[in-house]
Amino acid sequence: MARFVARRLLYSIPVLLGILFVTFLLARVIPGDPCRAVLGERATDEICDAFMERKGLNRPMYVQFGVYIKDVFTGDLGESFRYGRPVTTMLMERLPITIELSMAALTVAVLIGVPAGIISGYKHNSAADVATMVGANIGVSMPVFWLGLMLQYLFAVLLRDTFLSLPPSGSLDAGLIPAPFYEVWHLPEWGVFEFVSNMNVFNAVLSGNWTAFRSAAGHLILPAIALGTIPMAVIARMTRSSLLDVLSLDYVRTARAKGLPEKRVVVRHALRNALLPVVTVIGLSLGTLLGGAILTETIFGLSGVGKSLFDAIQSRDYAVVQGFTLIVAVGFVLVNLVVDLLYTYLNPKVRVT
Amino acid sequence: MMGPGDLVPDPLHPEGPLPAGGPGRVDQRGETARLPETRGLWATAFRELLHKRSAKIGLFMLAVLILVAIFAPLIAPFSPTATVGIDEGIPVRSAPCIHLFGCDSSQPQHILGTDGNGRDEFSRLLYGARVSLLAGFGAVAVAVAAGTLLGLLSGFFGGRIDNVIMRIMDVLLAFPSLLLAIAIITVLGQGLINAMLAISVVTIPQYARVVRSAVLTVRENDYVAADRALGVSTGRIIWNRILPNSLTPLVVQATLGVATAVLEIAALSFLGLGVRPPTAEWGSMLAAERNQVFTAPHLVFFPGLAIMWNVLAFNLLGDGMRDALDPRLNR
Repeated sequence: MARFVARRLLYSIPVLLGILFVTFLLARVIPGDPCRAVLGERATDEICDAFMERKGLNRPMYVQFGVYIKDVFTGDLGESFRYGRPVTTMLMERLPITIELSMAALTVAVLIGVPAGIISGYKHNSAADVATMVGANIGVSMPVFWLGLMLQYLFAVLLRDTFLSLPPSGSLDAGLIPAPFYEVWHLPEWGVFEFVSNMNVFNAVLSGNWTAFRSAAGHLILPAIALGTIPMAVIARMTRSSLLDVLSLDYVRTARAKGLPEKRVVVRHALRNALLPVVTVIGLSLGTLLGGAILTETIFGLSGVGKSLFDAIQSRDYAVVQGFTLIVAVGFVLVNLVVDLLYTYLNPKVRVT
Repeated sequence: MMGPGDLVPDPLHPEGPLPAGGPGRVDQRGETARLPETRGLWATAFRELLHKRSAKIGLFMLAVLILVAIFAPLIAPFSPTATVGIDEGIPVRSAPCIHLFGCDSSQPQHILGTDGNGRDEFSRLLYGARVSLLAGFGAVAVAVAAGTLLGLLSGFFGGRIDNVIMRIMDVLLAFPSLLLAIAIITVLGQGLINAMLAISVVTIPQYARVVRSAVLTVRENDYVAADRALGVSTGRIIWNRILPNSLTPLVVQATLGVATAVLEIAALSFLGLGVRPPTAEWGSMLAAERNQVFTAPHLVFFPGLAIMWNVLAFNLLGDGMRDALDPRLNR
């Protein structure tokens, strides 16, 4: 096991280096002169030469790459020229919002997708199965941005005066500025606390602020459904086909033959094995979620990583593009790593080999 | 109904691709030899495909779409770029008006209403099918070509070449595809062709992986060893033996890939990185009216529905193909 973990960790290193290289290259090949993008069109050549000199942009590429790697490892992701703030500070504010949104979306996806898949697989070819599969097919074919807009219209216009009415955008009611939980409890202002307090729902729970919780959770439901639909459909399909595979295996027949109650056969024997591949799919969905977050956050006006990245690309805010892309990609690699290790841990067959 | 074993053609027949399976299928040769000589692997597979419900629905939906794309000028009541609503003196973003369903006949008929520039939404939707189909096919064609080449090289030669290619693919896969596509467009510049290229690049790894793993199983077969022993050149082995036998998973992946490509190109257009106005494209039509979703929801609803139709067609077709072409998944 230890050898496997070590080997898997080693495999991630070239990928991480590749990511660093791509993000480095990204900021260098974006068309446009970085000096004039920062200092304005009227900057003279002398000023620009001085700027390039100061930022080290006239040094050979490999030197710049070395400097970039050193900066990244010392936690310096540069400064946004648009906001004049360090990229790491911006990440501290916006990453929590995306993480919270992704977690909410994944929760929706798992809570609906797994049971639907189980019913569908167990009652193979029943009406419930057909309905689930039709739903899943439609689910993976829906554009996220369209679903988001339709949900907005449905819940904010058509259901406006009912108890189902939900706010169409933003992350909190206007004018509501809940205190961070560490202030409520007189805790020190640590970075971790600050990070967590930027997740509105978590912060509300931690500080026991019921009004803020209702507002934050209400604002999160629609984006979570919009973002969670594709993973939900994928998870339902995977659960179904995996359960179908397992239910046809000999050991399940043995369990039935020795007279175990059907519920026990399905839950204890079949499901435990059937859910293994589902774990992998859930992990891989995180990549879809991060991509979808760009669209979802744009539509629902959430200032998370996705929306910030898109804005930064539009305004050629190189450092932000570079830093945010790096974090998203590294996060994706780490999640895959964890999923792989988890899968190995859960599946003894892989563990031995 | 034909059994899955019928997919395996006579291995002594040089024109058809050879079986990719292991020794378990060899005993079925006798059975397949009874098939009429004229029916090849693809014809059999197509027949098999027509037995799958999802494939039938997918094919039907795709056929509708292709017909719409081809005959758009004949079906569309108006030009997709003409501001007819303004000429007729009706307000922009007017609601759908169908005379048959009781809309006042003094009103000009616009089946799906008009958009923010007074253009006929229905006509624009019809023309949008062209862009959507072409962009989807185009993006996948480029990705399949590049991915196949890389996968063949990687799988056939192995060793260091394999390692380098697959690590590069890993890096590409480490980025969320939409993010990477946006980044590539930022470098290349906005436009439909660039959006297609961006989607191609980010999907190359999928095809490279599929082809590589198919090649890895195929190249161990006896008929490849036989070719080698006979002194057949590497290029010929790849072209005549490896490639045809690796095609099945690739075709399935490519069909499902068109669905993804259509969806992502629409997403890029929605973000304003795809086609330029006034071209009728579903993603950008939706984007142009997205702030009016509360007042003119039909202008958001129908383009989205059209995108979904297109994506669903390829998803269903791809699923059906996978079932039909891969006997192991038969259920």
